[in-house]
Amino acid sequence: MTDTSRNPEPTTAAAASTEASGPAYDNDGATTTASGERETLLEITGLSKSFGTVHANKDISLRVDRGEIVALLGENGAGKSTLVKQIFGLMTPDSGTISIKGDASRIKDPKDAIRRGIGMVHQHFQLVPVMTVAENMMLGHETTSGGLLDLDGARQMVRELSAKHKLAVDPDAEVEDLPVGTQQRVEILKALSRRVDLLILDEPTAVLTPQETDELLGVMKELAAGGTSIVFITHKLREVLAAADRCYVLRQGAVVGQVDDLSGTTTSDLASMMVGRDVVLRVDKAEATPGETVLSVKGLQVRDDRGLPAVDGFDLEVRAGEIVGLAGVEGNGQRELVESLAGMRPSAGGTVTLGSGSDTVDLTRSNAHDTNNAGVGHVPEDREKHGIVGGWSIADNLVLNRYDEAPFARGFVRDFGAVRSHAVELREEFDIRSPNVDVPAGSLSGGNKQKVVVAREMSARPRLLMAAQPTRGVDVGSIEFIHRRIVEARDAGAAVLLVSAELDEILSLSDRIAVIHGGRVVAEVAGQDADRTEIGRLMAGDSDAH
Amino acid sequence: MADPDRPDAPKAPDASTSPDAPASSEAPASSGAPASPAQTPPHDPSTIGPERPVAAPVVAERGAPPPPKGVLGFLVRHQAIVVPIVSVVLAFAIGAILIRAQGYNPTYAYRRLFEYAFLTEGGLLSTFQKTTPLILVGLAVAIPLKVGLFNIGGQGQLMAGGIGAAWVAYALRDLPAPLLVLAAVVVAVLFGAMWASIAALLKTTRGVHEVISTIMLNSIAVGIIDWLINGGPLADPAQPFPSSHAVPEGARLLPLGVIPWGLPVALVLAVLVAWMLRRTTLGFELQTVGRNKFAAGYAGISTTKATLLAMLMSGGLAGLAGAFELLQIAPYRYQGGIAGSLGFDGITIALLARGNPLGTIPAAVLVAAMRAGAPTLQFDLGIRPEIVDLLLAITLLMVSLPVIAKWIFRRHAVKQTQLAGSWGA
Repeated sequence: MTDTSRNPEPTTAAAASTEASGPAYDNDGATTTASGERETLLEITGLSKSFGTVHANKDISLRVDRGEIVALLGENGAGKSTLVKQIFGLMTPDSGTISIKGDASRIKDPKDAIRRGIGMVHQHFQLVPVMTVAENMMLGHETTSGGLLDLDGARQMVRELSAKHKLAVDPDAEVEDLPVGTQQRVEILKALSRRVDLLILDEPTAVLTPQETDELLGVMKELAAGGTSIVFITHKLREVLAAADRCYVLRQGAVVGQVDDLSGTTTSDLASMMVGRDVVLRVDKAEATPGETVLSVKGLQVRDDRGLPAVDGFDLEVRAGEIVGLAGVEGNGQRELVESLAGMRPSAGGTVTLGSGSDTVDLTRSNAHDTNNAGVGHVPEDREKHGIVGGWSIADNLVLNRYDEAPFARGFVRDFGAVRSHAVELREEFDIRSPNVDVPAGSLSGGNKQKVVVAREMSARPRLLMAAQPTRGVDVGSIEFIHRRIVEARDAGAAVLLVSAELDEILSLSDRIAVIHGGRVVAEVAGQDADRTEIGRLMAGDSDAH
Repeated sequence: MADPDRPDAPKAPDASTSPDAPASSEAPASSGAPASPAQTPPHDPSTIGPERPVAAPVVAERGAPPPPKGVLGFLVRHQAIVVPIVSVVLAFAIGAILIRAQGYNPTYAYRRLFEYAFLTEGGLLSTFQKTTPLILVGLAVAIPLKVGLFNIGGQGQLMAGGIGAAWVAYALRDLPAPLLVLAAVVVAVLFGAMWASIAALLKTTRGVHEVISTIMLNSIAVGIIDWLINGGPLADPAQPFPSSHAVPEGARLLPLGVIPWGLPVALVLAVLVAWMLRRTTLGFELQTVGRNKFAAGYAGISTTKATLLAMLMSGGLAGLAGAFELLQIAPYRYQGGIAGSLGFDGITIALLARGNPLGTIPAAVLVAAMRAGAPTLQFDLGIRPEIVDLLLAITLLMVSLPVIAKWIFRRHAVKQTQLAGSWGA
């Protein structure tokens, strides 16, 4: 049920490559080992790396064979990124060896790593947004013809590579116009264009929609079948089971588990290995007792950045004391909807009101500041971009949208004492792991940054809490914590609008589920009798399913 | 509040996501270990404390190394002070070579320069007279830096203020002196702010980059003023050179001993600006926009308002500098070269101060002293006074070097690099 309308690249490229199913692996003359005894591609023994008193990696040993997909599973801060950065030559181990194809000499820098057949796709893409795919591909190893850049050659290379690896990409598309999933494909192709034996993917699915994730996992399997080994970092258990051959579990810098045969393993096995205890993936919550209507959206119209309608006649009501989950494939207007409700994006029609009866506030035209003052809490989708200011302290970030209110300011003079004691309290209550509240918020791990955002928004006791992708890129322990907090906010009488690309999250938290497709609600179902498959079909735009 | 219960929480900010992290390390990827073992004193185990297994290392995964220890660590932690001092010292060292090459004794030259600037009455007055506008134009660059704007237009804004003051001083010459001074100052502030507001409005409405627009506005100011005082409506035909009418005698701000009127005003304003940025909600808004304009939008802080306010404030400060140039320095007329290179010295000062408003004070005093002492070099020693321009240029280059270095390290995909810190921080 791939939504083909979201793929801007010509489908012919994909179709053309399908006839060559199972092509012999031939990556620009890379060595192809015959099947049979598998070659060990990467072997790490006794690797340690510390930063001051923090042991980021402790005596790690692992092995990757050719054509294998190995998952590195662990919470944020477990040391996964540090480990792969050392493999890619971005950091040097304190002790231990990294041996690539039997060569244990030091990896000097990423260039050296690439020369030895290692490719890496970073979590944050290293692409130039205003350049085309072909231009990005040739960046760093430009070929010229007659003194000019050989763009035709680069285009040809993109076409060949994308046909060979079945990664459909239009070479002339500008990167900034491409969906995230396609951008990632460009990154992968870029790595593959340099004779890669071992491809490292650092949290490749963190930014992807469920569909894109499925596609990526398929691509990974294809590549592995062709002889490329893949190491991928994740903290999503489902992906490990779906794609990996083997799995190493990291906790506090050490390998705490190694699963060589994943077939008999369940997600809860992996989860408890990761966090060292049994994690309740299902959220325990009492029956909702919905009160009066808090949020009422009628016929809302919102345009996207290009001026095209993204939210188109959206109707929804959220009542006090209930969690309404908005399920949908990303790119169906959720972002524009949330931004509009939060006052960050003007609406083009319709009405938004908060409260009911005499207590009603019209939010249709209000800006972010007024919306916040009216009692709307907003956990933004992109916490790095919108949620925190990395250079401000944790304390300042905890009052980011209330810095000018009592008691945090008297008149126009800020009261640092009040800001600080507020922060000290919240740090304790929300288990924000930091040396103190004065360190820059940018120094925190993803999960802790999110706790700062959640703490800020929930501590204002909002009438409406909007949480967009509240647990994206967050470790399992923090996910559980944030989920519990959302339920607590509901029980305290807040109306909660949860927007998430993780269907599991929607299903486990919501009292009522609304499915968004094409910028409007196509179906609403009660949380307890929601059926995963049916919602999936509705998300894909198959309205007959209901 | 240090939290002794969390020994496992490293003190290292993750520089990759916090441009303003106070302490951070050199690029670990390009140079290997940030602190070589030789520079790293052994840890004192007693400070580590008991292990708490529950809390995972907070930032380890993002690969942020803790601040290096030893000499390097000291330098990195105190870079806000170290970088300017090292820059100035290096500039003087290079200048010494150049003076030596001309056959003079650099130690003697520097001593003479600063002796005149600080230890003679005339020199000290000259230093303080030059300090006044330099602090103000330094602030005019420093404030926009906090909002993420680079105001190159201090020169034009100062000239706009100066000509505004000259106009008022002539047009209202019959007013009582205190009122006349007040009117001239107010109009100068308004003119400077107005000149800056053009760049600000172009930025907020059309997205024109402020560096481009302020540079062009500098040239436009030069052209308009040339016309005004050279046969134009503000010209004094009795003067042999293009010039405005003189400020009436009663309204001239004669110095009190070695202290010109403008100096205490500039000092108070520097303190006020520092206080505004540090303690007020407005300062928080301005800096939030400078640090993350998207988060500012999320928090309901208007980028447009911050841009306009910052540019209006800096234009006003530069305009005030123009007023003092006119009112407190002979010949009390607007003449062609009145602004000199003050507006551009403001950039040097703001960068030397690393955007810190209070830092503009010592930076301005240093630059003013060099400018005040420059003629001595020529009269006493025969060294061309341009050596001072050279010293300032080298200083500016040195202060900018860390920024360039950071940029280079960034290119090597090492986002952790925080060698330089940012201008505005």
